[in-house]
Amino acid sequence: MREITYAEAIREALRQEMQRDPNVFLMGEDIGIYGGAFGVTLGLLEEFGPERVRDTPISEGVIAGAAAGAALTGMRPVAEIMFMDFTTLAMEQLVNQAAKTRYMFGGKAKVPMVLRTPAGSGTGAAAQHSQSLEAWFVHVPGLKVVMPSTPYDAKGLLISSIRDANPVILVEEKLLYRMKGPVPEEPYTVPLSVAEVKREGRDITIVATGVMVMRSLAAAEKLALEGIEVEVVDPRTLKPYDAETITKSVIKTGRVLIVHEAYKTCGFGAEISAMISEGPAFMYLNAPIRRLAGLDIPIPYNRNLEYHTVPQVENIIAAARELMAYK
Amino acid sequence: MEKRIELTKEQLLDMLSKMRTIRAFEEKADQLFALGKVHGTMHLSIGMEATAVGAIAALRPDDYITSTHRGHGHCIAKGGDVKLMMAEFLGKETGYCRGRGGSMHIADVESGNLGATGVVGGGIPTAVGAALSVALRKTGQVVLCFFGDGAANMGIFHESLNLAAIWKLPVVFVCENNQYAMSMPVARAFPIENIAERAAAYAMPGKVVDGNDVLAVYAAVVEAVDRARHGQGPSLVECKTYRWKGHSKSDQERYRTREEVAAWKKRDPIARLEAYLIEQGVLTTEEAQRIANEAQQLIEDAVAFAESSPEPRVEEIHEGVYA
Ligand SMILES: Cc1ncc(C[n+]2csc(CCOP(=O)(O)OP(=O)(O)O)c2C)c(N)n1
Repeated sequence: MREITYAEAIREALRQEMQRDPNVFLMGEDIGIYGGAFGVTLGLLEEFGPERVRDTPISEGVIAGAAAGAALTGMRPVAEIMFMDFTTLAMEQLVNQAAKTRYMFGGKAKVPMVLRTPAGSGTGAAAQHSQSLEAWFVHVPGLKVVMPSTPYDAKGLLISSIRDANPVILVEEKLLYRMKGPVPEEPYTVPLSVAEVKREGRDITIVATGVMVMRSLAAAEKLALEGIEVEVVDPRTLKPYDAETITKSVIKTGRVLIVHEAYKTCGFGAEISAMISEGPAFMYLNAPIRRLAGLDIPIPYNRNLEYHTVPQVENIIAAARELMAYK
Repeated sequence: MEKRIELTKEQLLDMLSKMRTIRAFEEKADQLFALGKVHGTMHLSIGMEATAVGAIAALRPDDYITSTHRGHGHCIAKGGDVKLMMAEFLGKETGYCRGRGGSMHIADVESGNLGATGVVGGGIPTAVGAALSVALRKTGQVVLCFFGDGAANMGIFHESLNLAAIWKLPVVFVCENNQYAMSMPVARAFPIENIAERAAAYAMPGKVVDGNDVLAVYAAVVEAVDRARHGQGPSLVECKTYRWKGHSKSDQERYRTREEVAAWKKRDPIARLEAYLIEQGVLTTEEAQRIANEAQQLIEDAVAFAESSPEPRVEEIHEGVYA
């Protein structure tokens, strides 16, 4: 299969969905001729024109709110917020309006919008351009939160998100934009709320999200040389998430390490940990549930400090070894 | 360029020197980036030196400013130490923010620079709050708030101007209209010609000035500062200027032409001030060269300081989250 980058996969999903459905349109800051801050929408303005690829002023609140309004009345907007950090400015519209409308209206309305936004550190952009805030959205009923870790998943999950009748937040990983992987040319969907076992193993289950999936797979390769067989499970959709696939894996391995970049306190890992300890997998645990996550500090600018703020491959290896020490 | 307000030779040369220092700092920053010595990105204000220097020259040393992501010039104009700025830029422990903030977050609270923010419009309400504090503490200080044209479309801009107006706070809103918010030209982002017109909605004076004329910026801000200092409330000053460089390091500049950039470069605020001062007999060509050389030397020294400074220690990574 041909290989394209994560960014190209997202662009291809947007292009194919715009071709398929005239109600799909894009809006956001600098998504036109600039192609978006990370070049994801490059070329789409030329192809679809300014009616359907709409540059907006710097106005995150109205980007999110207008997307919800357009969705409520029959369109399928895909809005971009340039950095996940700036979803803070769109919070009211996302949390109080977009997320709640359907339920509040007794199920008589739909808000089929997608909000795409890049997250994560590693680019030296410091504390206001490096955050992973997905847990905030996972906490709110009515929003779906999707976090692809490969080009293949990015395309398929985005197409599913656009076709979904709910507000979906697609958390894109800055560090993955240039990563290449096999992606079919034709449109396809990856179902929402279905986790994928990215690697099979018998000794430890690693539940990882976003960029941590790649780091966990890299760690698994090294651990395999020591005879430790890691199973890597990628939830792919964080809300509503696939508890069953995770549970099955933990029952098989008896050990679990959860890895994410976002802050540890009240992070997605806390939810997964609680789910496992409340559920049937608990009785199969041979070791305490372990979480590896970003430190509870704003992301520092200095390269070395930034590196030490979020989990790296060597931290994952060390944590896995510690878990294996429980007999 | 006309001389609108009497300034001493010393003040005029100080303006020129600050503008030169800003230019030298940013040209060096650009070079260091090209050499791969900088992690992350940066936003250069080359071509916009007159707005920072002209506006801040209208302040007293104890007045406050709030800055933006394009804030190197503001910091230097407010009296910031280029050594500490350069160290921050290189992520060193000796930098203004101990290497935690970087280019986009340089703050020097001691010199009244309440800091730069990476969030567009983020500093506007901070300025209003500082002005409220000044009013409550009755210190007679003024707060000068810098922001770009792009920021003037954020909701918080409107909320901030309104609050400052109804409470008659001593704040001067200075819009550095450099014609673009990343790739978005002002003509597509605004239904009005001048951002300063928005002042009318908040019953405050709104003034448009040539942002490449440091003396014009100075004159307009002096007037606004004077009002603020005498309890007459806020003003909005729009400085029309231009950024010569791309928005940040990822910018391919597909949204503007070389001709447009070249036309604005002819309006270089530094060359303009020099020519004017020479014409007025305030400055000789040799003095102009000396000022430029001194600025260059300051920056070379700053780089040497920054490069020989220690990195932050990982063991101290948790420091500073809470007081
Ligand atoms: C709330 C927010 N949205 C988007 C961005 C990304 N961004 C950074 S600077 C910028 C353009 C700002 O334009 P303007 O306010 O005119 O200032 P300039 O860069 O021209 O100095 C954008 C869109 C941001 N930093 N913050």
